Amino acid sequence: MLSLLAQTAPGEFLDGLSAIGAGLGYGLAAVGPGVGIGIVVGNAISAMARQPESAGMVRTTMFLGIAFTEALALIGFVVFILLLP
Amino acid sequence: MSVFALEFPPVSHLFDWPTIWFDGTPLAINKTVLIYLAATAATMVLFGLAGRTRESLVPVGVQHVAESGVNFIENSVVMQTIGPDGKKFMPFLTSMFFFILFSNITEVVPFIQFPANSRMAVPITLALLVWVVYNVVGVKSQGVFGYLKNSLFPPGVPWVLYVIVTPIELVSTFVVRPFSLAIRLWANMVAGHLLLVTFAILTATLWEFFYVPAALPFVMLILMTAFEILVSFLQAFIFTILTAVYIGGSMHPEH
Repeated sequence: MLSLLAQTAPGEFLDGLSAIGAGLGYGLAAVGPGVGIGIVVGNAISAMARQPESAGMVRTTMFLGIAFTEALALIGFVVFILLLP
Repeated sequence: MSVFALEFPPVSHLFDWPTIWFDGTPLAINKTVLIYLAATAATMVLFGLAGRTRESLVPVGVQHVAESGVNFIENSVVMQTIGPDGKKFMPFLTSMFFFILFSNITEVVPFIQFPANSRMAVPITLALLVWVVYNVVGVKSQGVFGYLKNSLFPPGVPWVLYVIVTPIELVSTFVVRPFSLAIRLWANMVAGHLLLVTFAILTATLWEFFYVPAALPFVMLILMTAFEILVSFLQAFIFTILTAVYIGGSMHPEH
């Protein structure tokens, strides 16, 4: 392992580190919004099942909630593209 | 860049297009600009044809499409968020919805296959336009001081908390909103395009070496194309509905 590190140029090593950081960054940024969107949609479905007559309003509000939650994952995605070597 | 011996083009190669005409001038035209011109023309032709004097009372063809679009925006965007007095924003919201939809849907149109909104310029311009519109509406309907008071000091909050709430509201209402609106549209389109490109390259590479396994990424490619059609509609819808929510918020302050 150490001899392998000694052979690589410093620039390559930094490139590899930033690739790892980009991958981890996107993965971590996707965890929270994934859970959040699940909660939003699950509760919207149970609300629609209880009161089908208010489905239109619930659907609109659900998309709003998804849009706000998803923004965090998208910021992670932007950072992922910026960090790519 | 090569991932698992698979030649993958760098990200910038997927989104930078060479100039076709007027190279070096501010009016340089490349594929992205052509898609935007086509989207503008498609929106104008759609509503121009639908607005002609009609022979029959029953809407058919183009007129049917335009009327369902207008109905959709009215029932599920304007009435749900602004209310009946938001009907004067119908032309703005409807044309914005169709323009964004037409420039997104080129992502899955054969032989074009590039979502124009995956370049940041037009999403940020639209978002800044929305910023100007909801601020002007807020100042017009509540006056300068009323608008600032209602948006910076939301009622129903204990006055000690204003120390925290007011800076947050200042940043989120006047600075972050247009950027989050633009980044949402742009990043969704970039992600969709990267996804389709990845599966297409995977299919082509596997097809060169051994034929049968190429079926797997190809099936994924078809499924993702269907998913991207949904995403194109959804992003146009979300951009429009968030605009309506912001306009509604500055027209009717919370009491």
